[in-house]
Amino acid sequence: MSSKLSRRAWLRAGAALGLVGAAGSTRLIGRTPVSPVDHDQSGGHGNLGTVGSVDHERNGFDPHEVLTDFDYGRVSTLPNGQTLREYTFVARDAEIEIAPGVFFPAWTYNGRVPGPTIRCVEGDKIRIAFSNAGSHPHTIHFHGIHGASMDGIAGVGAGEIHPGKSTVYEFDAVPFGCHLYHCHSNPLKRHIHKGLYGAFIVDPDPAKYSGEQRQMAEARNHMYPACQEIRETVMVMNGFDTNFDGDNEVYAANTVAFAYMDRMIPVERKQRQRLYLVNITEFDPINSFHLHANFFSYYDHGTTLEPTLPTVDTIMQCQGQRGILEFSFDGFEPGPYMFHAHQSEFAELGWMGFFDVKADAEGLA
Amino acid sequence: MDEGTGLSSRVPGWVIGIVPLLLFGLFTWLFIAYSPIERLSGNVPPIEDVTVNRVELKDRLFVLHVVNGGQDPVTIAQVQVDEAYWNFRMEPSSGRIGRLETAKIYIPYHWVTGEVHELRLVTNTGVTFDHTVEVALPTPQPDALHWLIFALVGIFVGVIPVGLGLMWFPLLQRLPRSGLRFMLALTIGLLIFLLVDTVAEGMEIAGGVSDVFHAAPLLIFAGLVSFGLLVAVGNRKKTRDRNTPEGRLWIATAIAIGIGLHNLGEGMAIGAATAIGEVALGTFLVLGFALHNITEGVGIGAPMASDRPGIAKLAWLALIAGGPAVPGVWLGGFSYSPLLAVLFLSIGAGAILQVVYEVGKLLLSRAEKGAAGFGASFDWVNVGGVTLGLVIMYATALLVA
Repeated sequence: MSSKLSRRAWLRAGAALGLVGAAGSTRLIGRTPVSPVDHDQSGGHGNLGTVGSVDHERNGFDPHEVLTDFDYGRVSTLPNGQTLREYTFVARDAEIEIAPGVFFPAWTYNGRVPGPTIRCVEGDKIRIAFSNAGSHPHTIHFHGIHGASMDGIAGVGAGEIHPGKSTVYEFDAVPFGCHLYHCHSNPLKRHIHKGLYGAFIVDPDPAKYSGEQRQMAEARNHMYPACQEIRETVMVMNGFDTNFDGDNEVYAANTVAFAYMDRMIPVERKQRQRLYLVNITEFDPINSFHLHANFFSYYDHGTTLEPTLPTVDTIMQCQGQRGILEFSFDGFEPGPYMFHAHQSEFAELGWMGFFDVKADAEGLA
Repeated sequence: MDEGTGLSSRVPGWVIGIVPLLLFGLFTWLFIAYSPIERLSGNVPPIEDVTVNRVELKDRLFVLHVVNGGQDPVTIAQVQVDEAYWNFRMEPSSGRIGRLETAKIYIPYHWVTGEVHELRLVTNTGVTFDHTVEVALPTPQPDALHWLIFALVGIFVGVIPVGLGLMWFPLLQRLPRSGLRFMLALTIGLLIFLLVDTVAEGMEIAGGVSDVFHAAPLLIFAGLVSFGLLVAVGNRKKTRDRNTPEGRLWIATAIAIGIGLHNLGEGMAIGAATAIGEVALGTFLVLGFALHNITEGVGIGAPMASDRPGIAKLAWLALIAGGPAVPGVWLGGFSYSPLLAVLFLSIGAGAILQVVYEVGKLLLSRAEKGAAGFGASFDWVNVGGVTLGLVIMYATALLVA
């Protein structure tokens, strides 16, 4: 810049850099959440993160509950022996607090973002009664194998469901894996980023396998003890463009910025961890997950019993991509272990958290 | 026609005076009660308008001075520094800023010397307001050293060059009649350049001021008011006749006042820039301004060339024209306000316009015998003088651009 500065640029720079007469009080207080991110114990750097806290009760959902609140549906058995899982989805407009004090005019399934986590078993009949109580036409489009009329897109089958209307989506849950659903009304970008999406998890059916593979399938199926011993969580990586300029102001896993930093996820160090990770971030082509001080096995799309990437600490997912992470802190030093998007920008705009690994005797809070 | 006159003459004057006011009250009430505009906009969220007036950089701390220029209160919910959420403290602590109210935001941050930082305020509705710190350098605090250095800079930029320019005064006195006319025309050229430059600078800064303050109209009208006031002052009996030494001294004084106000604005610019640091750059620019300002001294002297004003008067004029640079540097260096800068530049522009008017009249009165009137004044001497004045200002302005 140097000698190119014009007098006008000078004045601008003056305005920008501004100068003050009497120096006011400069106490550096700030409401700083107690977090291990404070690199400088004196607080001289200031702290990364938001100020204040989100009212989860008013939101109607808590990111810590979203981690584990699998929705198995209303279960019954059809005459042919097939398991039927029935769900009721209602699209609603809702203003949600995505960072302390920052409100976003969201479109939701059942009043929450992400929507309910559907959990079922390969081959189950899934029946979703969908009604639209929102202000725009919506659909539910599932990532899975089904007929064209059940694809939940505009102009095919029931097409877009207008406000006050309803429809029923019905299909068999195949293939097993970690999937997702989202609204497929046009314009797609707006309908997705406003909050209409959720995880759709299909467990493998052990009856189809034998030997070692059967054991693997049992460890993945929520109806088997081998699976129940594992701590299973769901994270939907998302972002919010609060000023609608085509760029996200807030990034998160399960909607609320820094939700797992301000309050860490407690982990029992001996327990094996399985994380269903879904990327539905709009505007940015990819999102990523990086685990500190540990490595994990990754199952891309969750459609295989063997890991597709056996020993990694960072994976990336394009929009709509998802997968399963398996790891353990067994034998690790107790303490906070960080995870975040390895796009530093996403991390520092909210997509960052901690596993609080507890010693065996401590138990979980 | 007669009947109408008859009616209005029968109605008492106070009734005629008050009826429109009463009707205005009625229409206002109807408008508020039925709010037709609101029917158009429904429950659309209010348009938020937050402007960062200035940012202080202290030890590991940004202090933002912000103003809400919108129709409704705004609540600052979060703050980002370089695309990262950062903890902050705010006065008022609620984060709520009423219409036309100001607030201070304290962000503890280990900023990087000499680099750019992007600050972003996120309101509770998710609207964002951005502000760029172009070069991160500590904001100078008003201690004795800074007062002194800023004063020296102001003297060097203002008083000294104007004084040096006035030292050519004896040379002006030796000029033949047409040479003097040429110098007066040259002065007009210098002043026209300053006028346009001042208005352009003011417009530039006005663009950064919150819309609610209407800085651009303020610039124009404050300038016209200062023009009118100075013309009225110049029309006092004592100085009205421009063919007396008193009248010509008044013109010289008026030029000095106009240039002084202009230098106040320049001083603010220098103060704001010097405060950023960049000592070498500052030195270069100060030299450029100083050279630029020598020509202003010539302009002050030209109308009085046929008189003998005395050294004391000349020194006094140099102080009027150059002195305001000192408070300008202080103001710009310690407490820059874009709105205040616009106001000063505007007053300066009005003063310069008045001087162009006065010198122009003087020039017309000195036209060659037989050539009278505005059109006839466009001879080679006058046009050449104005042109050279513009060229000199343009050339010396290149030094500071």
